Amino acid sequence: MTDAPPDFSTEEMLADVIASLIGDLRHVAVGAASPIPATAALLARARGGGRPYVSLLQSRKHNFFTDGGRELFDCAGQGRVDAFFLSGGQIDGRGNVNLVAIGDYEAPTVRFPGSFGSAYLYYVVPRVILFRTEHSRRTLVPRVDFISAPGVSDDNVFRTGGPVALITNRCHFAFDRMAKRFRLRTIHPGHTLEEVRDNTGFDFDMPESVPETPAPAADTLRLMRETVAPQLAEIYPEFAKKVFGLAQKRAG
Amino acid sequence: MPIIRPLEEALAPITDGATLVVPRESTGAAMEATRALIRRGVRNLNLITLPTSSLQADLLIGAGCVATLETSAVSLGEFGLAPRFTHAVRSGRLRVRDATCPALHAALQASEKGVPFMPLRGLIGSDILAHRPDWMVIDNPLANSDPIVLLPALKPDVALFHAPTADTAGNVWIGRQRELATMAHAARATVVTVEKLHEGSLLDDPVMAAGTLPGLYVEAIAVAPRGAWPLTLPDHYPNDGAHLAEYARLAATAEGFAIYLDRFVHDRRAA
Repeated sequence: MTDAPPDFSTEEMLADVIASLIGDLRHVAVGAASPIPATAALLARARGGGRPYVSLLQSRKHNFFTDGGRELFDCAGQGRVDAFFLSGGQIDGRGNVNLVAIGDYEAPTVRFPGSFGSAYLYYVVPRVILFRTEHSRRTLVPRVDFISAPGVSDDNVFRTGGPVALITNRCHFAFDRMAKRFRLRTIHPGHTLEEVRDNTGFDFDMPESVPETPAPAADTLRLMRETVAPQLAEIYPEFAKKVFGLAQKRAG
Repeated sequence: MPIIRPLEEALAPITDGATLVVPRESTGAAMEATRALIRRGVRNLNLITLPTSSLQADLLIGAGCVATLETSAVSLGEFGLAPRFTHAVRSGRLRVRDATCPALHAALQASEKGVPFMPLRGLIGSDILAHRPDWMVIDNPLANSDPIVLLPALKPDVALFHAPTADTAGNVWIGRQRELATMAHAARATVVTVEKLHEGSLLDDPVMAAGTLPGLYVEAIAVAPRGAWPLTLPDHYPNDGAHLAEYARLAATAEGFAIYLDRFVHDRRAA
C-alpha cells in the first residue's frame, strides 16, 4: 500500500469515505472484525449528534439488542437496518460475494469461515457497503467460485437492498444497480488508474476523468481522533493503538 | 434422577450420533462440557451452531467427534481461520451444510412453534440454497409471482450451553442471551453447565425471572466454574486471548493439535 500524505492515515481516509456513504440514516449495523467500518459508523454518529443508531455486533457497549441473535435479522427483514457492511474472500463485477470456498465446493483448495448473515442481509439492507482492503486479482475476480450472496436478483425476487459501493485500499467503486456493474468513482491519493486496472479482475465503467478521493477534512479528523477513537478502543484495542496511538485498554 | 448432576452424568443425553446444537462463541459456549465429551470419545455428532462457532466446533471436529456440521461460519475471529475445521473440509472428511445466520435462527424457531417450516427472505440466487436440497423455494400462496424459501424445522436432540446460574428446580438464568432459550425450546432435551447455583427460586424475583429459562425445558445441569473458558461468558469474563492465540498456533498442524488435546483436554479433569 502506498503511503498516504503524512497528515492522515489510509485508515482515516477510508473511514471518512465510508462515513459519507452512510450519510444521514436511522440505523447502521457493523459485523465482527470490521474496525474501519466501525470507525466510519461511529464517525457518522458523532457527526449526527447521536444519530444514526449504531449496532456494533461484536461490542457489549454498542449493541442494544435484547432479543437474542435473531433480533438483528428480524429488524433487517422489516427494513429497520439501513446500512451494513460485507466483505468477501472473492468479490466479482456483478457484486457477488464469496465467503465460502475457492475451487470445488465439496473439496475446495481454500475454505473460508462461511457466509454469516450475508445471504439474507444483502437482500434486505438498502445500503450494503462492500469493503475489502486487499485490492488484487486474487480478491476482485471475473466470477466468484461460490455465491454466498448475489449482487443482483431477478425482478420477481423480493429485494429491498443490495450493494451501493465497494471500497478497497486503492479506490472507491459505486455499484450501478441498473447496469449491474461497478463504476469507478474515485482513486485514493498515491494510486493510479493503471494500477487499479492491473489489479482488478473484472470489467468496470468509469467517467472520462476519475477524481482523486478527497482527503478527510480537519474537523472530521479531529472528531475521529478525539471522540471516535476512545470508543473504538473498547472493541478494537490493537487497531485503536495502531491508527490513533491510543493506549490499549482491556476489552470488557 | 436429580436435575443437578456431576458433569459426565449431565452429558449422558449427548450420545454417539446425536444432533447437538450449540450457541455462538460469544454467548456462553459450554467448553468444560466440550472437553468432557472429547475425553469420553463421543462420535458421529451432527453439530449445529446457532449460528456460528469458534473453538468449540474446531475442537470437536479436530478430535473426530463430528460427522456433519450445519453452520453459518466457523472461525477463530481475530485469531484467524479455524484450522481443524478448514483442514477437515479441504480433505473431504467433514460434511458441511452451509447456512446463513437467520436461516438457523428461523429453522429452530419453527421447532419452537411446532410448525413444519419457516419461510425466509433472501437466499434465492445464493449457492448456499443450491447446495441445500432440504430447503425449498415455493411461490408465496398469498401473492403473485413471489418466490420464497421454506426452511424445514430443525429439531436437535440436545441443546448444550453454559450460563451464569441455575436454581435447584432447574430454572436457568440466561439474561439477554435469548437465543439460548430458542435452542432450548427447539431441542428435545437441554443440558446446561453453570458457574454456580442460585439459592432459592429464580422465578421469585421478577427481574431475574424475565431472563430465566424455565426448568420445564432442562434435562440436566452441572456446575462448572469458568465453564466457558477459554471463551467468554458475557458480563462475567472475557475471551482468554493468549490461550486462543496458542490454540491457533498449535492447531495449525495435526501434531500440534494432538499436543493441545494432551495438555488442555485430556489432562484437565472436570471441576
